[in-house]
Amino acid sequence: MKRAFNVWNNLDWFTVMIYLALVIIGWINIYAAVYSDEHQHIFDFQMRYGKQMIWIMAAIFLAIVALVIDIRIYSFFAYPAYLATILLLIAVIFLGKEVNGARAWFEIGGLRIQPTEFAKTATCLALAKYLSSFEIRIDKVKTMMTILLIIAIPSTFIILQPDVGSLLVFVSFAFVLYREGMPGGFLFFGFLLAFLFVFALIAQPLTVLIVILFIAVVAFFLLNKGTKETLIFIFTLVGLYFLIFIIAKLFHIKLSYYKTLLIASIITGISGLVYQFFRKVPYAFWVAVMMFIAIGFTYSIDFVFNNILESHQKQRVNILLGKESDPRGAEYNVNQSKIAIGSGGFFGKGFLQGTQTKYNFVPEQSTDFIFCTVGEEWGFLGSFIVLALFGLLLVRIIYLSERQRSAFSRIYGYGVASILFFHVFINVGMTIGLLPVIGIPLPFFSYGGSSLWAFTLLLFIFLRLDAGRLELFH
Amino acid sequence: MNQYSTRQYIIAGIFLSVFLIFLVRLFYIQIIDSTYKYSAENNSQRYVTIYPARGLIYDRHHKLLVSNKAAYDLMVNPQELREFDTASFCKILNINKEYVDKTLKKIKDYSKYKSSPFLFQVSDTTYAELQEKLYLFPGFYVQARTLRQYQYPIAAHLFGYVGEVDSSIIKKNNYYQMGDYIGMSGLEKSYEEYLRGVKGVNILLVDVHNRVKGSLQNGKLDRPAILGKNLVSSIDADLQIYGEKLIKNFRGSIVAIEPKTGEILAIVSNPTYNPSLLVGRERTKNFIDLRNDKSNPLFYRAIMSKNPPGSTFKLLNAMIALQTGVAVPSTTIGCYHGYTAGPVHVNCHVHPSPLDMPHSIQHSCNAYYSVLFRKIIDEQKLPRNQAYDVWRKLIMSFGLGQKIHTDIANELGGNIPSSNYYDKIYRKSWNSLTVVSLGIGQGEIGLTPLQLANVACAIANRGYYYVPHVVKQIEGIDTIDQRFLKKNKTLINPEYFDTVIEGMYMAVNGPGGGTATGAAVKGLDICGKTGTAQNPHGEDHSIFIAFAPKDNPKIAISVYIENGGFGATIAVPVASLMIEKYLTDSISRPYYEQYLETKRINYPVK
Repeated sequence: MKRAFNVWNNLDWFTVMIYLALVIIGWINIYAAVYSDEHQHIFDFQMRYGKQMIWIMAAIFLAIVALVIDIRIYSFFAYPAYLATILLLIAVIFLGKEVNGARAWFEIGGLRIQPTEFAKTATCLALAKYLSSFEIRIDKVKTMMTILLIIAIPSTFIILQPDVGSLLVFVSFAFVLYREGMPGGFLFFGFLLAFLFVFALIAQPLTVLIVILFIAVVAFFLLNKGTKETLIFIFTLVGLYFLIFIIAKLFHIKLSYYKTLLIASIITGISGLVYQFFRKVPYAFWVAVMMFIAIGFTYSIDFVFNNILESHQKQRVNILLGKESDPRGAEYNVNQSKIAIGSGGFFGKGFLQGTQTKYNFVPEQSTDFIFCTVGEEWGFLGSFIVLALFGLLLVRIIYLSERQRSAFSRIYGYGVASILFFHVFINVGMTIGLLPVIGIPLPFFSYGGSSLWAFTLLLFIFLRLDAGRLELFH
Repeated sequence: MNQYSTRQYIIAGIFLSVFLIFLVRLFYIQIIDSTYKYSAENNSQRYVTIYPARGLIYDRHHKLLVSNKAAYDLMVNPQELREFDTASFCKILNINKEYVDKTLKKIKDYSKYKSSPFLFQVSDTTYAELQEKLYLFPGFYVQARTLRQYQYPIAAHLFGYVGEVDSSIIKKNNYYQMGDYIGMSGLEKSYEEYLRGVKGVNILLVDVHNRVKGSLQNGKLDRPAILGKNLVSSIDADLQIYGEKLIKNFRGSIVAIEPKTGEILAIVSNPTYNPSLLVGRERTKNFIDLRNDKSNPLFYRAIMSKNPPGSTFKLLNAMIALQTGVAVPSTTIGCYHGYTAGPVHVNCHVHPSPLDMPHSIQHSCNAYYSVLFRKIIDEQKLPRNQAYDVWRKLIMSFGLGQKIHTDIANELGGNIPSSNYYDKIYRKSWNSLTVVSLGIGQGEIGLTPLQLANVACAIANRGYYYVPHVVKQIEGIDTIDQRFLKKNKTLINPEYFDTVIEGMYMAVNGPGGGTATGAAVKGLDICGKTGTAQNPHGEDHSIFIAFAPKDNPKIAISVYIENGGFGATIAVPVASLMIEKYLTDSISRPYYEQYLETKRINYPVK
């Protein structure tokens, strides 16, 4: 193992280049977003672009440190780092500085550190460490529970801050688990629930129920590949529906179509479960259980939506779904953001020429809404290039992950890709009005030391692992 | 390599599909959909309204009556508000924190995004201090405005006042925006469209911190404000001032009109107020005080009070009798201290008897007009209701019983009841005797002082009148409204006017005494008719209508003094002084002025 090793020769310079490109483009856009006629010196450290320049220097320093550190440190310190960040997450709830209603920041002599950003890296490491342990089988309940625990502990403290955006990032670990063997059904089911959440808020209950049943039938058919059982399933359902309908008519009971269908599907589901005891039908159990969960879930959505979500969160969702309109209130940010991006056209208005971002119409334009500046000043072309760079980075990370010899490195790599993807997904989706407003930074772009450093560490730890992939076997 | 390595493609596929969806969306909002480009234009531009000064108002001799002075309104745009030092803010403006909180809340409730006035009419010195420190209070800015300034404290009702538009006005007329001023009454209201001018706009590039970053396209798209149009009124300022002085002790009004044109020379309404009270920051407070004032100074008696015309109405009945052929000028009727028919008795005062028509006017005989009115109803060879309606139609041809459509806002129309009205209240069983008091100008009829003056005009003109109006000329407009240029003919033949004019002349100038001899001025040939309207609530109302000179009249006037007693008691000297003042610009009888100066009436407290 001990042989002359030069990390610089084995470093994936392609990824480093994309990283540098994103950081530089990001800085240029922060400069444009903050730019005003009075402050033009790029090293004015009173201005955000001046500060961001310092953060970038520090980030590059961190990257170098991450690269020269002994490779075994990461695996070795995965759990301690994880525990340390959890302690920080707890501490920040009590000792943190409250900004915009969330206690997410430590303030040390003018420097703000957000432990949540580092918790993502640490959790990623811990997950990789656990999943790469000897004799781990992901389909065991104990394993699943442990994984859930690893993700849930930091999530819980993040909810308490509260920081919904970062919480959602932890959902992205589903991709990692999927890659490591979690049944695809779970991933599919996750998407299904996300879809149902939105669908149940805009559609009639009857429509939602019909869609759920349709998906159940299709899923059952695809999984079971048994035409006979599928037909029995359909006939039972349809038969029960008409039976209940006729009985209700005979006894003059007023039953809506929705309730009739609901009772029919519940009876069908229960009969399916009972049938299991006598004759094994592959997947019937899972389909029935998931159908119940889906129905229960849609039922609980209204409750969750009305009682658990806070009013501004509800409003953001409603606005996105077009159920509410308040162009200069809650919708303001999104509208201004869309206007800024939309007014960019194909080539953009040019560097420092954006009126929307320059005149501060877009809020949080150097942090969460930095993509607006890209859209306005660089147009579709610039937006395309930025998204293409991110796409390239993600594909490259997946490619690098797949060439790892150690499971730890691979899993960590997928974690990095998933976290980065989810940030870009939510952030850009929000600025172009496809997702509700959730405060979450655009990796390498958004102004702020913590997020830049955390993303840099996240990425360069992986690049260090990749560079030493021949050193580390597991 | 492990068994799930093919899943890398699914994961990469999901990632890239999402990015693809984003690109499609970006393509749509950046290239296909143009609405965002328009929105971007609105966003960075601020339309700054430039308020023009309202038009000036002159009197008939081009003497300035109403002008403007500069004022500064402190405006606030709630959206641009940031935390600011309330204490020093309050200190500069001399307001308290409660006002700040209350006003800001009110403004935010109205609109979070539109600018609204925060404080009206900041003084010059405060403005200077504020201007220096305005940068400390983002969201606030100063809007230059003009306020009304009055050269004389007169004609408050006539000019009317200017107030802020409310939401109902904004809804109805999209010219107005929150914080705009609008004429609320009088000429300010009726000539609002001319007086207000046209608001201008400066289009500025601004950021959300309200910082002006320059002018859009160097001001090429700016629109300058157009000043309000000046009005030349027909008011004779000296006459108006004089009239207000004469009746300042009384409740009532004077309306003087040039008969040849319908131009109002003076229109006095008392109690009144200083028009400057309804200008500026104290406007609301003063308005409330005036509204709560028991003497009701806001009430524009000259065009809104309707009272029975008393004996002045006899002039019309005389002419109607001639017109309907039920009497001739020489018709004589005896009077035995009044008129008695069945249960009805109408009193009369001491005068020679019997009298012919001109002399009946000279002495204002009640019996004569009770009989004459009954003749009009009973001797036209028409059913009762039709005969009454003929009478009513002839009365209304003098502009009575309906709005006369002068150019002062909020005029009322008075009342001349229809036959249906009597059918209703008497269940159809009524006759000429039931309504005989109409003959002497009592009963259910109501005339405004303006209408009364218009009757005087129609008589002075021997059969026609022009709609009385105050504005002679609107600057930059060729002509005033057509309705003021149209000759309105009464339905009485011109020759019948001579009879009543003869009576009116004799009432003032004799010989043999008359009811209005106190009005006579040598050489002015004043013709007039007194009236004394019975008032169930107290002392009679003192009324006089007159015109002069008899031939080629220059002025027609009505004076109505509530609770003033006989027509001769107050109305006659007031009218006489007004006519003399106007025609000779001198006063030969200062004792009349003294008399009016010291005369007091105990008005009932309502």
